[in-house]
Amino acid sequence: MREAKEPAIQSRPKGTAKPQTGNTPAQSTTRLTGAEILWATLVGEGIDTVFGYPGGAILPVYDALRKFPVRHILVRHEQGAVHMADGYARASGKVGVAIATSGPGATNMVTGLATAMLDSIPLVCITGQVSSKVLGSDAFQEVDITGVTLPVTKHSYLVTRPEDIAPAVREAFLIARSGRPGPVLIDLTKDAQAAIADFDFEAAAAEARRHHPMRSVAPDAIQQAAELIRNAKRPVILAGHGVMQSGAEEQVRTLAERLQIPVASTLLGLGGFPATHPLSLGMMGMHGESWVNEAIQNSDLLIAAGMRFDDRVTGALPTYAPKAKKIHIEIDPAEINKNVKVDVALIGDLAEVLEQLLPLLSARTDSPWLRQINESKGDAAVRDITNLPDNGHLYAAHVIHDLWRVTDGKAIIVTDVGQHQMWEAQYYKHETSRSLITSGGLGTMGFALPAAIGAKIACPDREVWVIAGDGGFQMTACELSTIAQENLDLNIAVINNGYLGMVRQWQEFFYEKNYAASPILSPDFAMLAQAHGIAGATIQQRAQVVPAVSEARKLKGPYLINFQVEKEDSVYPMIPSGAALHELIRRPSVTTAHLGHNPIIETAEDQ
Amino acid sequence: MLHTFVALVEDKPGVLTRVASLFRRLNINIVSVTVGGTERTGVSRMTIVADASPTAGHRIMASLYKLENVLEVDDVGQLSCVTRELALIKVAATVQTRSHIFELVEVFRARIVDLAPESLMIEMTGVESKIEGLIQVLTESGDEILEVSRTGRMVMRRGQHTSRVLQAMRVPGYESSGSSQSEDAALEPDAVHTQPAD
Repeated sequence: MREAKEPAIQSRPKGTAKPQTGNTPAQSTTRLTGAEILWATLVGEGIDTVFGYPGGAILPVYDALRKFPVRHILVRHEQGAVHMADGYARASGKVGVAIATSGPGATNMVTGLATAMLDSIPLVCITGQVSSKVLGSDAFQEVDITGVTLPVTKHSYLVTRPEDIAPAVREAFLIARSGRPGPVLIDLTKDAQAAIADFDFEAAAAEARRHHPMRSVAPDAIQQAAELIRNAKRPVILAGHGVMQSGAEEQVRTLAERLQIPVASTLLGLGGFPATHPLSLGMMGMHGESWVNEAIQNSDLLIAAGMRFDDRVTGALPTYAPKAKKIHIEIDPAEINKNVKVDVALIGDLAEVLEQLLPLLSARTDSPWLRQINESKGDAAVRDITNLPDNGHLYAAHVIHDLWRVTDGKAIIVTDVGQHQMWEAQYYKHETSRSLITSGGLGTMGFALPAAIGAKIACPDREVWVIAGDGGFQMTACELSTIAQENLDLNIAVINNGYLGMVRQWQEFFYEKNYAASPILSPDFAMLAQAHGIAGATIQQRAQVVPAVSEARKLKGPYLINFQVEKEDSVYPMIPSGAALHELIRRPSVTTAHLGHNPIIETAEDQ
Repeated sequence: MLHTFVALVEDKPGVLTRVASLFRRLNINIVSVTVGGTERTGVSRMTIVADASPTAGHRIMASLYKLENVLEVDDVGQLSCVTRELALIKVAATVQTRSHIFELVEVFRARIVDLAPESLMIEMTGVESKIEGLIQVLTESGDEILEVSRTGRMVMRRGQHTSRVLQAMRVPGYESSGSSQSEDAALEPDAVHTQPAD
């Protein structure tokens, strides 16, 4: 298969001469070790940064690193390496690469892989493996990682021969980013890393992907969709992660503007459609504003664009948008009719499908439906906590709202999982794609800090903020040390309420305020930052929020702010798990605010 | 209901695990799976029979296509095809009690492939119901079945025929176009068909 275009020139590479960068990989065959082939192939694929942690079974790869123009970020835990590669991929749209050793190094990657799998993030993760001669013998630090990760990877390889490395890596990149993206794992035995083989980057190119026969956009289905859109009186576009994965922002915007269709976003879809656009409704689902979910429930046509009708978005399925016809534009055929039965399925790349659909649709100017939705906002918008005067309490919503104002909505925000994540989605208005990085599908606590490191490295010129709760932050707080070592200029806002807040909220609503194991003691986060040589501050008053955020932005280098917020605050509105979208728990009314305590914020004492 | 999928897959280590794991993840029981060679080198053919809801076919097929090692998938449940299963059946039989088994084997167009003083072995090829029919008749006539080994269903789509040929072959579902009673009956695992030929 692999033909040498010219005779092998040398037996071993010397010094830095070998690798070539970017898109001009070596044309000729060269003799390299498996480890060198790995790096040369990564470089050929355009990789200049990897996140990893060395160990016994991956040492040949680390030994060869010095010969290649690749920046290696040493992490503090392999989960962090995968989250960093994930954050890197989400912020840049490129494939992220993480490296770990065999055994515990590999198993530590599992949560990161699952996070990327559920959110369709293109990653290539490389693990060392014991020598092929002892595979399956329970050798030291041996674990069957391709077996362990089977359900949480898009594909995986066990490579035992050096000549198989380049084709596997090149195919892995193709698989990771093609179709519905996802993580690919390559398990490299130590003997494959050390042995020598011919290397020819061009010859190692993967074969063209097989045609997916179920991915089809039938012309009559396009006509049918156009017909439904033309006839709809109350349409809503449901914009998901696919909008940015496909790069379909312009097409979605054209569709919305041309026919005056309001756009509701999923959590991962935030930013794909500008939040301040007059047609933007905001986030749908469990913690979506009432008018968003009401619009969906009352609509007569849902145009689902690159989203998968997750249970956090639909609530109870039998009562979901009962009057609406549904058009599902989706690249993954397995998502069609999975949760919600649809009337028209257009299975393909979102941007391409919309390009076919748009010429069939002519402009509409008047939309009574839009006015109806705006009227339905009513006092729900007035109840917004940001309209509440300073009453001496510090609320997370205030912090995030102020952060949005001070950063002019232009920062990349990386959130963890829990109450603060939902407040961020409600109060930070994202105008552009890839400006919100969050673990949606898996809901991985501990994601924010490492993912933000990846995002900052992918986009060094962008302002990056971590927003994390006191619980999730402690899951991966060790990566503060990575930030210090790399001297990364990113800012951290810890929303500290002394509870595992979302757990506490569910316990308050559904478990009679039995706060079992949800109060959590934390270290002084500002002092923890200082222990890492990172500047920090602790904020307790609303008036101090803006000065602290400004200070963090001014300082070149990392900065941590510990926001000690109201302890028993809840995210409103909320649709209880399994309830219908319109059966929401509303925000307590602000009109009774003059009575004794603040009714927007329920405390444990409230009934 | 029973679904039958034919999947052409790459002949590589771990592919069977990936396919099986998909059904495990969907909490669907695999009734039978047969794997073997094809007309193409490096490509194996799997016939998977799985018990799942009538609407699950599309999702299973789409999920199979998500596996990188899967090249082609065919959901043959509702299509006219030739279905076969191979069974080896060991029956307790002495010199005195053999002869009626010989007769049964003749009627079912099966073969005796091993003869021992205490037992004999029957080889039989056919649709599942035919094999089950023989097993039932053996049981009813008081013969003790010692061992049964069945390969599970193999299917292949029929070629293009004129309608008269199809009629002559009594292809299930041809006349009633679509949901055929005879095929549904054949798909029913408990169905007992004692007619010898199919």
